[in-house]
Amino acid sequence: MSAVLDAPASDIAAELRQRFADAAPRPQPTFDGIPTLWVEASQLLAVLRHLKHGVVQPYLLLFDLTAIDERVRVHRDGQPASDFTVVYHLISLARNSDIRIKVALRGPAPSLPSITALWRNADWYEREVWDLFGIRFDGHPHLVRIMMPRTWEGHPLRKDHYARATEAERFGMDEAGMDREQAALKIDPAEWGMQTDGGDHDFMILNLGPNHPSVHGVFRIMLQLDGEEVVEAVPDIGYHHRGAEKMGERQSWHSYIPYTDRIDYLGGVMNNLPYLMAIEKMAGITVPARAQTIRVMLCEFFRITSHLLFYGTYAQDVGSMSPVFYMFVDRQKAYDVIEAITGFRMHPAWFRIGGVAADLPQGWERLVREFLDWMPKRLRDYEKMALKNTILRKRSIGIGAYDADEAIEWGVTGPNLRATGLAWDLRKARPYSGYENFDFEIPTGNNGDVYDRCLVRVEEIRQSLRIIEQCLKHMPSGDYKARHPLTTPPVKERTMQDIDTLIHHFLGVSWGPVMPPGETFGMVEGTKGLNGYYLVSDGGTGSYRTRIRTPSFPHLQQIPAMARGFMVADLIAIIASIDFVMADVDR
Amino acid sequence: MNGSPLLTAALILGGLVTVSALLIWAERRLLGLWQDRYGPNRAGLFGIGHVLADMIKIFMKDDWIPPFADRVVFTLAPAIVMAAGLLAFAVVPLSPQIHVAADWNIALLFFLAVSSLAVYSVLLGGWASNSKYALLGALRASAQTIAYEVFMGLALMGIVAQAGTFSLTGIVEAQRDLWFIVPQLLGFMIFLVAALAETHRAPLDLPEAEHELTAGFHTEYSGMKFGMFFVGEYAGVALASAMLTTLFFGGWLAPFGLPEAPLLWFALKTAFFIVCFIWLRAALPRPRYDQLMSFGWKVLLPLSLVNVAVTGAVILWRS
Repeated sequence: MSAVLDAPASDIAAELRQRFADAAPRPQPTFDGIPTLWVEASQLLAVLRHLKHGVVQPYLLLFDLTAIDERVRVHRDGQPASDFTVVYHLISLARNSDIRIKVALRGPAPSLPSITALWRNADWYEREVWDLFGIRFDGHPHLVRIMMPRTWEGHPLRKDHYARATEAERFGMDEAGMDREQAALKIDPAEWGMQTDGGDHDFMILNLGPNHPSVHGVFRIMLQLDGEEVVEAVPDIGYHHRGAEKMGERQSWHSYIPYTDRIDYLGGVMNNLPYLMAIEKMAGITVPARAQTIRVMLCEFFRITSHLLFYGTYAQDVGSMSPVFYMFVDRQKAYDVIEAITGFRMHPAWFRIGGVAADLPQGWERLVREFLDWMPKRLRDYEKMALKNTILRKRSIGIGAYDADEAIEWGVTGPNLRATGLAWDLRKARPYSGYENFDFEIPTGNNGDVYDRCLVRVEEIRQSLRIIEQCLKHMPSGDYKARHPLTTPPVKERTMQDIDTLIHHFLGVSWGPVMPPGETFGMVEGTKGLNGYYLVSDGGTGSYRTRIRTPSFPHLQQIPAMARGFMVADLIAIIASIDFVMADVDR
Repeated sequence: MNGSPLLTAALILGGLVTVSALLIWAERRLLGLWQDRYGPNRAGLFGIGHVLADMIKIFMKDDWIPPFADRVVFTLAPAIVMAAGLLAFAVVPLSPQIHVAADWNIALLFFLAVSSLAVYSVLLGGWASNSKYALLGALRASAQTIAYEVFMGLALMGIVAQAGTFSLTGIVEAQRDLWFIVPQLLGFMIFLVAALAETHRAPLDLPEAEHELTAGFHTEYSGMKFGMFFVGEYAGVALASAMLTTLFFGGWLAPFGLPEAPLLWFALKTAFFIVCFIWLRAALPRPRYDQLMSFGWKVLLPLSLVNVAVTGAVILWRS
């Protein structure tokens, strides 16, 4: 194993040790090198408040908040005793660095203080942890289930909760059960702070979704309307929850790859990348330059197809019916290239631990070139057809605007953050997979409104084309897969030469690779924002805990703040401009 | 054919319903053409059999009335839209001979009156559905129709002043020398927007606004009741196109000194405007409700008043 457990040797750890000298945070080494500190529950609020408000270049972005059920974990060397660990992942964009704060909790019904007063986006994260782990957050304004139905018993991400239907009692739904479930779906407007009585007139409570043409999947927004004006909006998610994180605990490191494709289902192989980068850090694999460049090229192809779908549906949601059809033609052209390379269109699951599944096929250059020649003219057409249309501009300029501070407070990342004018792109800030070798710009907006969010994405399509062009011109030669024993499936050619290679190959293919115990994290600039995988290995062939941090989850949480005071039609434009898929929200 | 007005009426009715049904197919094919796809092209020649299949399907469908709806009004609403659309055609002159009552001296007023009845179908349908989306759609429809009704009539007053008659036959005859599109260009543009708003056609389909209100006022409708709204909409498109032809483009008159063929010219001109309606739908996004309203009251209404005033002044000055 060439992997090294990096000790967090950063100044922030030292600073915290100094500041909280009486109960100094305990560092924990991880594969990803992110300073990871254990904090007492009583100290939690003070430490987080200090990180957000007390330090220079503060950690303003609550990137993730999740938990680990530690009760059956074997390899916890040096970590404080804990049944449940709550993990806070903060990012400072100014420092360009992360910090992870962990709190150990004991007992079957643990609780700790809520941080909703510190970060607005903590609300949903804490509800999720309560729902899936049964950890209470004292002081949370409305701690109810968010993913599972209200009638659900147990907390699914606990290790003692079944993962498969065959492990559970036989499922049945009788008439009474049906009524119970239906009743649980009813809204009590008062519960969500909505009023029906407006003094001299009544407000209308409207259920937008979960089945509605403009909610991009199964997503419900409860609205309190004054005429057509949105007074209050309450998003309700969970209808697309498939337990992707729980599935991660049942799959081998290798066989989980296809599941990642279906998280942001428009991102295709781009979803594989953060997961694999996390594993490769853990395994100590260095991916060959050719594999890295192939990965970048395909990721950018998927960024284009995802943004094209956004572009089309966005125009459609403001009532323009034609652009989406043209853009589907373009997407098909992109998928033709993707299919020729990977053998599949939307969900190729084509990246592998240590590289990609196969080398580029003969003649790939011609296909890529054809696409590069095709796209720019089409983008110019769309600009005339959609972006410069007066009605579309009137529908979107000045609608649903927020500034960079607000965006970070809500955990907004990706194009939605860059639309506010903040040029922060992970591919530039922390280049991965060889992005440092590419010449491209970070498109930004000015006003952070619906229109700018669209402009940024359109410009990103052009930048992606530039990146693909550079891939085409400078594709390195060499291996498409790392020569490392944990590469899966391993390189075959030398297996018949020596017994060591044969053994590794045999185990890697039959069991799947065995990863060293520890924690790791991988993150990419996804199609919709920062997409991260936080993996806990207990030294086995599969993950002990798979945490998928998706950008769409916090983005939806911001909808009420964006929509208040606007009309129903504006709300639709706002929803369209966020660019989300529910699979990415609910996982 | 003036000898048998009943036969004429029956022929026009039959023809109109057929054309409206065919329009469903024509729109789908044209949209397909403009959107880089095929549209329905399987059944029959050019896929025209789809019309028949659609008709059979829609007649066979379960005609469901929601238990929470007001049954009587719910059933009445789609009938109103059909009736209003067909009634208005009584005053449209297809040719000097083929019409039911185009030479009536209040023909234009009759058209305005009957076509504005259609709003009742939307309003009542939306209200009787007792559903929130339908209600929002009905609210939008009534506000939009009332607003655009006002200057739809005003926009035509310039024509009436110039032609000196409300009779549509008379109006067509008055265009022998010059079509009204030239002197009444402003009136034409206002009438076109108003006609779009009246027929709830995209981009002014706010009462339906699929992406906002799922299906707006007809959310709860299914089967043939929905079909009536559907065909009623196309009858409205055909009516608006026929009126544009009659009022501004010389009706059955032949253009550019070409040979006279009244019915053919009328049909061709009307078809042209129908295609324009479909084309607009393919091309434009939908404005917001309040934007549409303020555009109507603050821009189109003053403009149509200016049009009436200027036309009147010119006529007075010339006499």
